[in-house]
Amino acid sequence: MDEQMQAMRAEIEAAAQSITDSKEMYLLRKQYLDNKTGKISALMKNMRDLTPEERPAFGKIVNELKTWALDFFTAQDARLKAQELAQKNAAEQIDVTMPASRHTCGALHPMTLVANELIDIFAGMGFTVFEGPEIENDYYNFTALNTPKDHPARDMQHTFYLSDEWLLRTQTSAGQIRVMESTQPPIKILSPGKVFRSDDDATHSPMFSQMEGLVVDRGITLCDLQGMLDVFAQNIFGEQVKTRLRPSYFPFTEPSVEVDVSCFACGGKGCRLCKDTGWIEVLGAGMVNRHVLENCGLDPDVYTGFAFGMGIERIAMLKYGIPNIKMLFESDVRVLEQFRG
Amino acid sequence: MIVPLSWLKEYVDITITPQELQTKLFDCGFEVETLTELGEAISGVVVGEIVRCDPIPDTHLHVCQVNCGTHGTFQICCGADNVKVGGKYPAALIGATVYATAKDHVTIEGVMKIKKGKLKGYESHGMLCSGVEIGLNEDLYPGADYCGLLVLPEDAEPGADVKPIVGLDDWMYDISITANRPDCQSILGIAREVAATLDQPLKMPATNYTPVSSNLPVISVTVEAPDLCPRYQAHYVRNVKIAQSPAWMRRRLALVGIRSISNIVDITNYVLKEFGQPMHAFDLRDLEDAKIIVRRAKQDEPIVTLDEKEFKLNPNHLVICDGKKPVALAGIMGGLNSEIKDDTTSVLFEAAKFARDNVRRTARALGQHSDSSARFEKGVDEYATEQGMKRALHLIEELGCGVVTPAGYCVAVKPEIAARPLTVSVSEMLALLGIQIPDADILRILTGLHFAPMLDGDSLTVQIPPYREDIENAPDIAEELIRMYGYSHIQPTFLAKASVTSGGRNLRQRTMLKLKQTLCMQGCYEAVHYSFFSPKDLDLFRYSETAPERHAIRILNPITEDLSLMRTTLAPSMLNAVIRNVRSGNHTGRLFEIAKTFHSDTLPIKKQPKEQERLCIGLFGNTMRFFDGKAVLEAIADTFRLTFTYRKPVDTTVYPFLHPGMCAEVSLNGQVIGWLGMLAHDLCDAQIPEHQAFLAELDLDKLYPALTLTLRFEPLPKFPIVQRDIALLVQKDVLCGDLEHAMLAACKSLRKVSLFDVYTGEQIEAGKQSLAFSLTFVPTDHAFTDAEVDQFVATILKKLGKQFDITQR
Repeated sequence: MDEQMQAMRAEIEAAAQSITDSKEMYLLRKQYLDNKTGKISALMKNMRDLTPEERPAFGKIVNELKTWALDFFTAQDARLKAQELAQKNAAEQIDVTMPASRHTCGALHPMTLVANELIDIFAGMGFTVFEGPEIENDYYNFTALNTPKDHPARDMQHTFYLSDEWLLRTQTSAGQIRVMESTQPPIKILSPGKVFRSDDDATHSPMFSQMEGLVVDRGITLCDLQGMLDVFAQNIFGEQVKTRLRPSYFPFTEPSVEVDVSCFACGGKGCRLCKDTGWIEVLGAGMVNRHVLENCGLDPDVYTGFAFGMGIERIAMLKYGIPNIKMLFESDVRVLEQFRG
Repeated sequence: MIVPLSWLKEYVDITITPQELQTKLFDCGFEVETLTELGEAISGVVVGEIVRCDPIPDTHLHVCQVNCGTHGTFQICCGADNVKVGGKYPAALIGATVYATAKDHVTIEGVMKIKKGKLKGYESHGMLCSGVEIGLNEDLYPGADYCGLLVLPEDAEPGADVKPIVGLDDWMYDISITANRPDCQSILGIAREVAATLDQPLKMPATNYTPVSSNLPVISVTVEAPDLCPRYQAHYVRNVKIAQSPAWMRRRLALVGIRSISNIVDITNYVLKEFGQPMHAFDLRDLEDAKIIVRRAKQDEPIVTLDEKEFKLNPNHLVICDGKKPVALAGIMGGLNSEIKDDTTSVLFEAAKFARDNVRRTARALGQHSDSSARFEKGVDEYATEQGMKRALHLIEELGCGVVTPAGYCVAVKPEIAARPLTVSVSEMLALLGIQIPDADILRILTGLHFAPMLDGDSLTVQIPPYREDIENAPDIAEELIRMYGYSHIQPTFLAKASVTSGGRNLRQRTMLKLKQTLCMQGCYEAVHYSFFSPKDLDLFRYSETAPERHAIRILNPITEDLSLMRTTLAPSMLNAVIRNVRSGNHTGRLFEIAKTFHSDTLPIKKQPKEQERLCIGLFGNTMRFFDGKAVLEAIADTFRLTFTYRKPVDTTVYPFLHPGMCAEVSLNGQVIGWLGMLAHDLCDAQIPEHQAFLAELDLDKLYPALTLTLRFEPLPKFPIVQRDIALLVQKDVLCGDLEHAMLAACKSLRKVSLFDVYTGEQIEAGKQSLAFSLTFVPTDHAFTDAEVDQFVATILKKLGKQFDITQR
């Protein structure tokens, strides 16, 4: 009896020896261990021919064989599968230095990036965003902004006219009036948009973008303007940047100031970017002129305010190191793709 | 404006360095654009005294021993004809820099460094210089134009730096003056500011004179256009002797770029620069009837100006006339017929205020500009008019070039020129600044600015000087104070008193940002193009004469014709961007622009035109396909959960720039919102051969109402969804979209139909194609059995069969 078992063990071992494939091994396993047709299962059926006394011993031997076979095939299966996986992995090995297959993302325009950043900074301080029309009339662009016809400041801006009355806005300040006419203080608006002046040379583009800010409320001071601009400058150009106010002139503000930021390239020591001055001019600002408030039906004895306006292109050029304003309007993908992310 | 430091010092004591003065000016609102030393290029040039001078045989040259004081005595060869023993000349030592001149000894050809040289065998340790070689001319230093050595004063110390001796140590400030300060468009105006900022007294130039009376001619002065000439002053000066001006006056004029002409003309120019008052001098002999009439020109009235240019005038132009004819173009230039001549003996001086706008418009219309017109365009105050005339008469006396008569005339709308009082509340004024300024500083600053301040408690009364036409109210005074007190006193605060407000983008702004981000996700780069385009762009796109795109608003004063029309469509700018990219070697790319187009019912415009926000997409590259463009639009639809439908345009000639077989109108909820298509082959071949471009344009104003940022969760289906694939053999002209639409309409459990294969191989008969669709059935209240789904498919096919000639494969 035992010999028969031994022979079957040897038979299995011999058969397994030549098998290199886990699927074949599985078939072999079935030959012996299949519940219905397996040779070991068949041995169990022989039990019927034995005497009740012989049965326990026989059963034990067959069970031992079955246990051994199960372990044997499990081990064989694991061995072959490991072997097969290794082969598959080896066959699938790749050169990881080959280029990625990627979906290229586009990019927002650098001016949109700057405008978004500005909007986010000022939105956090309670500013809403107002967008006025690009075609304005003389009143909103000039007269209401304390720049009547014949005012010397009109010469500062070369205006594109569409008719005697209508023009391309030269400044986003035009939007100030529209807001103040229709809103009661407290007013905190940011007004981004395209503006137009008939200058076209190396440093001027006939169309460019401005971001205008306006605050009107009770008790607003020039100190508040400086405080807010500090927040702006530090957010845009870096924590260590300082601002400086110096006298200037705009018809719609009084006092008017130019605002410089300390050079973020050299830290104020003087370099090519700041033309050795340590300061970079970034925007114009001032306290809203009494006449402008009056023109909008606001009492200048009750309300004061400040306004500031900056060129988005200029901020973008400074921030990203873009050398030429024209690059911003040429849509060269080699330029635009640098602003992904 | 150019301001020489030496001239400024005439009116203010300045003890700080030129650079410190630059900072002071900057701090009080006058940016110095450039600060340069007059003799910046000249260095190492000292007084050289000739102690020995021997001719070099057979040449015009001399070999000299030159005593240069502490520097030593040097042998220098010299070719000038005026070199002589005992003479003192500028000696450029080895290493010095001077101007190099051309063979004419006049034209400057750059700066040269002096090296040791040898002439005819004689060593030369330096160079003796002419006036030109050290940057002088006759007006700057008498004798400087002599074509030989510059003769220095006899008392010049050998070895001393020549720069202070000849005035080359002067500093030139180029100051930018803001538009609100026309009163500072003069040396005296700047001096007033400098005196105030340095707390120094202002030394006013003398304006006194003693008129001498004797039988005077009868002169009449009338102003017929007081709106254009609010003040006209004239003064008669007789016994004039035309001669050269004194050296000091010639030098000052030369420093500010004015060539000396003669004493009378120089006086007018001097007053222009000193007081900022343009003046004119007529030869009284030439004024017929001894009359001055200021009036509008008659239609086609002629005038020949001093520079011998002839103009035909019209009533928009203001002229100064005598009894018969125009003798000057007001504020711009005198007439040739009445100019100062060498034998002029009777002069009528003019000082006037002409309306700046009229001078500007006349100068532009005629293309005739002058120092005078430039000054009037910035705005002249009547105080300067009055003072300028007095100064000119004083200078007549000072120069001794004529006799001032009592015959002065003044025609003015407001003859009185006086300070204007203004009373403000100090606390309210300082509230604007947000800081306190001590009373003593307020008084000091305003006194320095000649505002004659009086403080009474909180009440401040000032007398605004007549030249300060910009000062009107409390904030103006606040600005005067802070610019002199210093902006560094402003301490940042953070809206201490303001109300809290809620900020951020509104819904439309957030939606547009989301739209842009969606387009970026599709690989598109955002572009920004000019809001104007060219009539050529409309031709390039082959728009018909009646196409609405041609109904563009025109800019009256465009920079060029190419930037003369407001865009009615964004596509041409986009195509131009594509063309530029391809020509720069960028062969593939995806661009989008969101911008406004401009539309007006009437041209020229009468009311606010409609500004329409649009999206334009441009894809280019030779592997790009129509469906890449469509995919970008579908991404928008996906992001905002919309369904766009695409139809071949009923009339493809509306899009003459597109491939007629590869273009579509895009609709949303039955409304056309834009188009998409491939750039027509011939257009493409002409512009960007070997490439393809796809363009799309959507009207965002039509799209926007359907865009939503609202996200909503829908419960997952309770029962498994079932997919079935079917392939249909159809005529090629049957549209996929129509089939999809019909299938969805045929079965309410069918939720999605997607085409996954198009086949036109051998087994398919000509003119037909096989379209394979994947159908998605979504159960709502029970799980579908196979039989049910079979029944759905059968129903769908049956209904399709009624509408289309189809066979299931």
